[in-house]
Amino acid sequence: MNEKNNSLLIYTLIYFAFLYVPVLFLPLFSFNDADYMSFPLAGFTTEHYEEMWSKRNLHKALWASIKVGVVASVVSTVIALFAAKAFARYKFRGQKVSYGAIMMPFLIPEIILAVALLIIWINLGFKLGLVPVTIGHILFCTPFAMLILIARIEGFDFSLEEASRDLGESAWGTFYRVSFPLYLPGIVAALLLSFIISFDEFILAFFLTGSDATLPMYMWGQMRFVQKLPHVLALGAVILVFTTFIVLLAFWLRNLGQGKAKKDIGINL
Amino acid sequence: MNNSFIQINNISKHFADVKAVDDVSFEIKEGEFFSLLGPSGCGKTTLLRLLAGFEYPTTGNLFIDGVDITELSPDKRPTNMVFQNYAIFPHLNVEKNIQFGLRKLGLSNDEINNRVKDVLTLVKLEGYEERFSNQLSGGQRQRVALARALVRQPKVLLLDEPLGALDKKLRDEMQLELRTLQKNIGITFVFVTHDQQEAISMSDRVAVMNNGKIQQLSAPNELYKNPENIFVSDFIGETNFLKVMTKSSEGEFINASIEGLGEFKIKNNLNIAENSSDVVCSVRPESMMISKVKSDWDICLEAKIRQTSYLGEMTRFYVEAKGIDKVITVSSQHFDNQSFADNECFISISLEDISILNKK
Repeated sequence: MNEKNNSLLIYTLIYFAFLYVPVLFLPLFSFNDADYMSFPLAGFTTEHYEEMWSKRNLHKALWASIKVGVVASVVSTVIALFAAKAFARYKFRGQKVSYGAIMMPFLIPEIILAVALLIIWINLGFKLGLVPVTIGHILFCTPFAMLILIARIEGFDFSLEEASRDLGESAWGTFYRVSFPLYLPGIVAALLLSFIISFDEFILAFFLTGSDATLPMYMWGQMRFVQKLPHVLALGAVILVFTTFIVLLAFWLRNLGQGKAKKDIGINL
Repeated sequence: MNNSFIQINNISKHFADVKAVDDVSFEIKEGEFFSLLGPSGCGKTTLLRLLAGFEYPTTGNLFIDGVDITELSPDKRPTNMVFQNYAIFPHLNVEKNIQFGLRKLGLSNDEINNRVKDVLTLVKLEGYEERFSNQLSGGQRQRVALARALVRQPKVLLLDEPLGALDKKLRDEMQLELRTLQKNIGITFVFVTHDQQEAISMSDRVAVMNNGKIQQLSAPNELYKNPENIFVSDFIGETNFLKVMTKSSEGEFINASIEGLGEFKIKNNLNIAENSSDVVCSVRPESMMISKVKSDWDICLEAKIRQTSYLGEMTRFYVEAKGIDKVITVSSQHFDNQSFADNECFISISLEDISILNKK
């Protein structure tokens, strides 16, 4: 019995090492005083981080990614909220088909989605740039946001909404005073995860950005020059920390009040 | 007192091809404690939800205090509801829950505070203003739900099995309390339950429902003593059904030949047809007497005890009598499961305790 536990433990450790050790090289080398990623380490420096601050193109790309991420996450969360509410609350004709249709971008290879969007966008005579990237990201983020929100709304006691109507509230008043505050942890989780997905996204951006690079595009562009590698590592390390924090926050929010109905917490409006 | 305070006129509600409520009409008096009683799926909750406005009838009209409410949304109706699971808003404390429905009434802050204070006193929840739903017991949640509905001073309070989630002792207490409360504030209560004892003990009148239809609407004692059909007789209390053939009728009596008992003249309250076998005879377990020696009652049968169950305040005997191919239940407060060593006994029935009912 004990032996079996040990082998499972070893398996688990190897698995986690496989997952995380390569990723951890990024912050490690970002503090290394050399242009190449190799051992032995040359010495400790924060120079790469300082270099990061001075790159105007990096700032432009960061700002582009934030714009795309904010718009994409807000729009896809709103769409996902309506859809999730419909799927979790009502039974209607064509329910499975429309559910499948929304989930589709989640399942078809991203590159195909990217090529399709590129062809349509160009044939419509529009210019490539952040707008088509944002549209692509909305398509791509909505299924994620919807899955999170359905999980939240499915456990929701709909008699609370009836109680609100019974107590004299209008349909919108009920949404504002009862449903929204109770969905809020799910909504915030969906916003954060959609933002992160958009922020990290490369393939759609690669096909659709034209000259306005997003952050992943910028990083990819810098990889071609050896001397520029270190500040990309520094940037990568910052993004890694930021993303991990957001994802943990999103999961914490998503689970807030789930499973334990007693701990149901919302925001008081 | 308005005798047709709530009017339910030819109300039907169909879900796809299920007739949840099937052409039901009746009236509820002002200030009445009225219960809708029936097994699950009988349509009682649907009828309550039609009154609340959560469902709209397929056909028919609803009036409260002379106003046609058939098409009104729940927020426009003079009704408030106590939900089965109480539906306390988990993100608001007790005070905010109770204030929830006052916002739209255009009251001053003083008035709102006074109303909340008064209703908290009424339901005995003073000092719980700051608590959240998860910090309350089942009974306390029920009181919050009650306070939240009553604070709006509705014309009609709708209650959807509000005691179902409570343990037995608390339920008995709340039954008494609800009844007293209703008497004191004088609001019309429409109470939905599947528990016949609850309906009988609290209500002024009860409508027994089955398959979307009203089976009988009367005062609780009438339901028990004079059930109008086999469903009501079976649902309210316990009873023994025996096979019977009706013969000729004589005024308000009818001659009937009852399985194993013989031919008797039985009171015919329900206009039972002559020469019919589409009828059944009902005798309540507690109206029969079990004894060790023969009695001088109208009917006395020799019987054998097959099984007993001791219930404390009484004992239930399951007996077999000659000529009746069915176990009869008799209950007794006098004898218990130790009383009949040899299982030999007599059961006695008085003719006035036998009723004849239509099978349909």
